[in-house]
Amino acid sequence: MNEQVILRVISKLLIPLILLYALYVQFHGDYGPGGGFQAGVIFAAGFILYTLVFGLPNVNRVLPPRLLETLIALGVLLYAGVGVATMLLGGNFLDYDVLAHEPKHGQHLGILLVEAGVGITVAAVMIVIFVTFAGSDE
Amino acid sequence: MIEHPVYLLLLTLLAVTALAMVRLRNTLAVIMLSGIYSLLVAGLFVMMDAVDVAFTEAAVGAGISTVLMVATLALTTRESRIPTHRPLLPLAVVMLTGGALIWGTLDMPHYGDPEAPVHQHVGIRYLNSYDEIGVPNVVTSVLASYRGFDTLGETAVVFTAAVGVLIILRGWQRRRRRRQAVRERT
Amino acid sequence: MALGLYSYWVVIVLMMAGFYIVIASSNLIKKIAGLNIFQGSVFIFYISLGKVEDGTAPILASGYESYSNPLPHVLILTAIVVGVATTALAVALVARIHDAYGTIEEDDIHGQDESL
Repeated sequence: MNEQVILRVISKLLIPLILLYALYVQFHGDYGPGGGFQAGVIFAAGFILYTLVFGLPNVNRVLPPRLLETLIALGVLLYAGVGVATMLLGGNFLDYDVLAHEPKHGQHLGILLVEAGVGITVAAVMIVIFVTFAGSDE
Repeated sequence: MIEHPVYLLLLTLLAVTALAMVRLRNTLAVIMLSGIYSLLVAGLFVMMDAVDVAFTEAAVGAGISTVLMVATLALTTRESRIPTHRPLLPLAVVMLTGGALIWGTLDMPHYGDPEAPVHQHVGIRYLNSYDEIGVPNVVTSVLASYRGFDTLGETAVVFTAAVGVLIILRGWQRRRRRRQAVRERT
Repeated sequence: MALGLYSYWVVIVLMMAGFYIVIASSNLIKKIAGLNIFQGSVFIFYISLGKVEDGTAPILASGYESYSNPLPHVLILTAIVVGVATTALAVALVARIHDAYGTIEEDDIHGQDESL
């Protein structure tokens, strides 16, 4: 591992940018191309690069399997939870109009939360799948 | 003119890539070509105005999918064997199906035709959604709001796939480790 | 125009190439790659249906009147991510098959099953 100095330095520079870009794609999805699915995949790509260069033990320290498994379920829970919340507020399932005082603000909030749920699940799923594959290779 | 030369070039390159994948026997080369294929598809999506989709395809198809397949290759073997029998029957089936499909396209609306039936229904409503949703990116507003139920289902599918992979691979890892421990003891 | 149907024809060529790999190749990883080609061809088909001549990407902005149809984009966007998740499941199964049979050639697997 120690010989790959160039690889390690370059990826150390790149990974923060990739993660930052993923967050941009996630939260700018309302106005430009982007959204939860894309952001999740880009976020996972950053961690996959980290796994490839720095090895599995380091990733397991940053993202313990238990945390990742929780995140997978958390994203779906957040998405469905928004639906349940709109029902409790008197609307239909996933009808975001009732989330705020004004329908448009409600829609904005609902889309933001739902996209966050999608992003969390997709990112965690992609990382888990890759880490599991890498871990089988012993 | 709607048939931009880049568009025609990308389509032709796609066909060439796919046919090369049919001929190749080295699995690593096949996987690399499938990454290139995904990247070309992403470029084509940009030409077809589907920027969101192009984004996803470039990240997923050319990135994660390829890495996963290479990881599987590391767990298995690389060369694919020379087939023992001539694939005449598959060739005939493919030719017949392809011919029927091409015949079926002859009365389809041409590429980019604004009068095509797809553009006459719900798409118009979606494009006028700004007053209702207040989000400029129509793909996001349809994905998360109008078709929110559908997207919840898709997220659940992704979740289920992860659970499946964990069940298949992690149980196997644990069993292998146990077997190794037993072997070391004896 | 004669080229108006070109995208459909390329889609059919891709689809048939993928189909051929799936039925004629006996290597399981190559079969999955074939399925991916097939899947990609369906994606192109959907997206090409959504294109409107002189249209732009469906992100609303002042100064633009004509947009491409966003519905196929939404359908395919989710399909791509689901596609990679199912591909992951498929390659996990292949890895397990290789562990159990020691090969990923379909003919050998059938042969071993019959000799049992």
